[in-house]
Amino acid sequence: MASGVKPRVKVPKTAAAGEAITIKTLISHKMESGQRKDKEGNKIPRSIINRFTVEFNGESVIDATLEPAISTNPYIQFEAIVPEAGEFKFTWYDDDGDVYDQSKKIAIG
Amino acid sequence: MNIKAMTAVAVVLLAPTFAYADADDDTMVLNEDISMVTKTAAPAHLSDALDEVMSGWHFRSDETQAMQLDDFDNPGMIFVEKGMETWAKVDGSEGKSCQSCHDDIDSMAGVKATYPKWNEAAGEVRTLQMQMNDCRENQMGAKAWGYDKGAAINMEAALSSVSRGMPVNVATDGPAQSTWEMGKELYYARTGQLELSCANCHEDSYGLMIRADHLSQGQINGFPTYRLKNAKLNGVHSRFKGCVRDTRAETYKPGSKEFVALEMYVASRGNGLSVEGPSVRN
Repeated sequence: MASGVKPRVKVPKTAAAGEAITIKTLISHKMESGQRKDKEGNKIPRSIINRFTVEFNGESVIDATLEPAISTNPYIQFEAIVPEAGEFKFTWYDDDGDVYDQSKKIAIG
Repeated sequence: MNIKAMTAVAVVLLAPTFAYADADDDTMVLNEDISMVTKTAAPAHLSDALDEVMSGWHFRSDETQAMQLDDFDNPGMIFVEKGMETWAKVDGSEGKSCQSCHDDIDSMAGVKATYPKWNEAAGEVRTLQMQMNDCRENQMGAKAWGYDKGAAINMEAALSSVSRGMPVNVATDGPAQSTWEMGKELYYARTGQLELSCANCHEDSYGLMIRADHLSQGQINGFPTYRLKNAKLNGVHSRFKGCVRDTRAETYKPGSKEFVALEMYVASRGNGLSVEGPSVRN
């Protein structure tokens, strides 16, 4: 339903064990709030990303609930401490049931 | 109490306000790679009016500035990606994409820096968007894009992004000179109920506050510009329209010959600055 949705993430390729690294994520999404009306006065149905999760080697790192007030192309940035080499898995849940995910490996070095 | 002492007090009180609104001295390095020229000596034709030309980037807050430094943080790059997809997509009756003739979009590096420019065959000054539409209609057999509308702005941003770091170099002489002079006249012409010309704000008063915002020099080397206030890319002509409207005048239309001339003139005022588009502004 939602068109032009594209997830993007930026994770450093390597990190020192125990170092806090910055992770940036962005998903292009229109984030229709459900509050607006079209030219004919009909309500435009809500269509947002309602949940965003990050897992590292299967362990939950972030689980965020997104609300209609969040604007187009939600950008989420956070810091994470990397204890070991592994893989981050990012997942976005769309109102229409679609799930978008991306994975990024990180090495210790 | 004498007047001199009063003036001295006033100066002390005012000084920090002006310093705050002034352009800063930060340096712009894009993606930790491309060093950008954001301040340089004014081009010769401007030497009577300005000593130095500055990118609007210097007038923005540190947070806004930072968004432009990294392509991941720059929301304008989402639209660049869309433009790049369009670049490779076949459209129209001839079964061609932009790429069919022009090769990879990287081969267009430097193109944005010279527009608007004289087109000999057409006998007119063309903006990049006019040239894009000429390609679409006459080479691809596709429908022209609306001026400053989504698809056209995305493509302009994509073309601009591959020229980032190159100096703006708009020719002001030769057959284009009459258009350039028309643009200059428009730049200095007062319009609207407020009787303001472009120059009143962007030449005479840059660095000061206009209500809650900083006045920049009105350089357009950063266009198309992602504006935080409307969360999309904005074209030069749309911006001109907004400014003229704010003087409480009837505006020209995006794509009109007046705005083409004005774009040419204003672009030439930034000759020497790096192409920044898509930039991030308020």
